[in-house]
Amino acid sequence: MATQHSRSAARLMLAPAVVLLLGWMLVPLTLTLYLSFKKYLPLRGDSLQNGLEWVGFENYARFISSSAFWPSVQATLIIVGGVLLITVVLGVLLAILLDQPIWGQGIVRLFVIAPFFVMPTVSALVWKNMLMDPINGIFAHLWRFFGATPVSWLSDASVQSIILIVSWQWLPFATLILLTAIQSLDSEQLEAAEMDGASPLARFFYIVLPHLSRAITIVILIQTIFLLSIFAEIFVTTGGSFGTRTLTYLIFQRVVDSQNIGLGSAGGVYAIILANIVAIFLMRIVGKNLDR
Amino acid sequence: MGHIILENVKKRFGEVTVIPPLDLEINDGEFVVFVGPSGCGKSTLLRLIAGLEDVTGGRIIIDGKDATSVPPARRGLAMVFQSYALYPHMSVRKNIAFPLRMARLERAEIDRRVKAAAEVLNLTDYLDRRPGQLSGGQRQRVAIGRAIVREPAAFLFDEPLSNLDAALRVGMRLEISELHKRLETTMIYVTHDQVEAMTMADKIVVLRAGNIEQVGSPLELYRNPRNLFVAGFIGSPKMNLINGSIAAQHGAETIGIRPEHIFASSEGGEWHGKVSVSEHLGSDTFFHVTCDGIPEPVTVRVGGEVDLHYGDDIWLTPDPNHLHRFDTQGLRVA
Repeated sequence: MATQHSRSAARLMLAPAVVLLLGWMLVPLTLTLYLSFKKYLPLRGDSLQNGLEWVGFENYARFISSSAFWPSVQATLIIVGGVLLITVVLGVLLAILLDQPIWGQGIVRLFVIAPFFVMPTVSALVWKNMLMDPINGIFAHLWRFFGATPVSWLSDASVQSIILIVSWQWLPFATLILLTAIQSLDSEQLEAAEMDGASPLARFFYIVLPHLSRAITIVILIQTIFLLSIFAEIFVTTGGSFGTRTLTYLIFQRVVDSQNIGLGSAGGVYAIILANIVAIFLMRIVGKNLDR
Repeated sequence: MGHIILENVKKRFGEVTVIPPLDLEINDGEFVVFVGPSGCGKSTLLRLIAGLEDVTGGRIIIDGKDATSVPPARRGLAMVFQSYALYPHMSVRKNIAFPLRMARLERAEIDRRVKAAAEVLNLTDYLDRRPGQLSGGQRQRVAIGRAIVREPAAFLFDEPLSNLDAALRVGMRLEISELHKRLETTMIYVTHDQVEAMTMADKIVVLRAGNIEQVGSPLELYRNPRNLFVAGFIGSPKMNLINGSIAAQHGAETIGIRPEHIFASSEGGEWHGKVSVSEHLGSDTFFHVTCDGIPEPVTVRVGGEVDLHYGDDIWLTPDPNHLHRFDTQGLRVA
C-alpha cells in the first residue's frame, strides 16, 4: 500500500521534469523534421497559417548538392579536431603543472579557470579587436617589434585563429577535469614506479597517462558535443568566410540570410546525423575506456 | 649483498624534527623489523633508506658506498608499499615485468624472470589478470613479485600486512619469513604490530619519536627490555607495570612482571586480589585481577581450564627471576 502510494507520488513528482524534457527535445525535433519536408520561404509569402507545400526530399537533395556542404563538414571536423587536440594536450600539461605545490595555488587556479566564464561573444571580440587585429592588435605590435610583417589572422589563417580562440575558451574545462583526475592518483604508485627505475618521462607515459585515460575520454566526449555547435566565435570574427563556415553556420545562413527555413531544417537533420556519426565513432574508439 | 649503515641520519620536515641523529647498522641477510607506535618515524626512516625522502643530515651507506644522494632506483633496493601500489591498468605479468622493462632487459630474460617469480609466489595462473581482479593476499604477492624480479640488495616492506584480514596476515607472515630464508636477502620491515616483529625478525629496532629505544633479537628484547617503553611495547598481553610501595619493596621506582611470570593460586600468595575480567582462550586463560594496593588491574596468565569467576579471591606470586626493575628515569636496573 505504502509502496504503491509512494510510487505514484514519485511518478507525479517526476512528471514536470519529463514533460519539460520532452517538450524541450521533441517539439523542436519534430518541428525541424516537419519543416525539412516543406517549402518555407517567408519572404515569398509562405507561412504556417496558409499551409506549406510538401516537397518531399527536395530540401535534402539541395542542401547536400550545394557546393558549400562538404567544405562545411570538413571545416566543422577540422575545428572540432583541432580544438580537442590542443585542449587535451595542453590540458594534461597544465593539470600536471597545477598539481605541483606552488605559492598562491588558489589564485593561480582561479586565473586558469577564468576564460571559461567569459561569454563566447565577448572573448571572440576581445581576440578579434585586441589581439588579432592586423593594425592595432597586440600580436601585430609584437610582430612589428621583431621586424616581421603582421599577420592578418582572421583572413590569412582563419581556421587556425578560430581553433585558437575556441581552444582558449575550452582549455580551462579540460584542465579542471584532468586536474581532479590527477589529484586522485595514488602517490605510492608514482613512488613505486620511481623505485622501479622509471624516469619522470616513463612515469608520465606508463602511470599518469593511463590513469588519466578515463578523464580524457570524458573531456573529449563532452567537448565534442559543445564544439560541434560553436557559433558565436565564427559569427563575431569571420562571419563564416575564409573557409570557416561550419555546418552550424551554413544552416544559420540558409535560414537567416537566405530566408529558406525548409532548406535550413534539412541541414539541421544532417547536423543531427553528423553529430551521431561522430558520437558513435568516439564511443567506439575511446568509449571502452569508460568500462574499466 | 645488502649491508646498510645509517650514520647520524637526521630528518626534519620544516620545523618538526622527525628523526634526531640516529645510527644503525643492518647486516647482510638480516631480517630487521622497525617497530613502534604510530607516528614514531619508522616509515620515514624506511623512506629515507629507500631514497624517497632526502635526509636533512648524515649519511646512508649501502654496501660500502655512500648512497645519500643516489636516486632511489639506483640504490638497488626494492620496496613493497602498504597499499601495494600496483599499476591498475597493467596485467599482473606487466606489473611484475615493469622494473625489468625500465632496466631495458631483453624480452626473453624478462619472461624468464617473471615466470620464475610467479612460480615462487604461486601467481602463475593469475599472470593475465588485472590487479583489480585479485584478492588482497594475491595483490600482496604481486607487489612482492615486482620486488623480487629486480634481485635487489635489500627488500623494504612498509606495513605490508596491515590491509589484510587476520587469518591472511598469519599466512603472509609465514610466506614472507620463508621467502627470507630462501633468498637470504636483507629485509627491512616496518610494522606497528609487535607480534609481527617478534615472529619475523632477526633483529628488532624499537623506535619512539624517531629515537631508537633498543635494538636486539626478539628474545633479548623480551628478556631484557632496556627501559619502560620497550618493556610495555614488547610482549602480549602487556607487561604489568607496578609503581608505589610494592615496587619500593623490590628496591625500584617501577617493577614490571609479565602475565606469564606470575603464579596464581586460590589459596595463598604474595598479593591478594579479586578476579574482575577473565579471558578464556582455550589454551590459556587471562585474568585481570584487582589487587589490594595496586591501582591498575594486574593481568595474569594461568592454564587453560581454571575454575575462577568474577569476584573470586585470588592470590598472585611474581616469579622473582623474571621481575624487571626500573629506576626513576624508566631505565632498567640490573
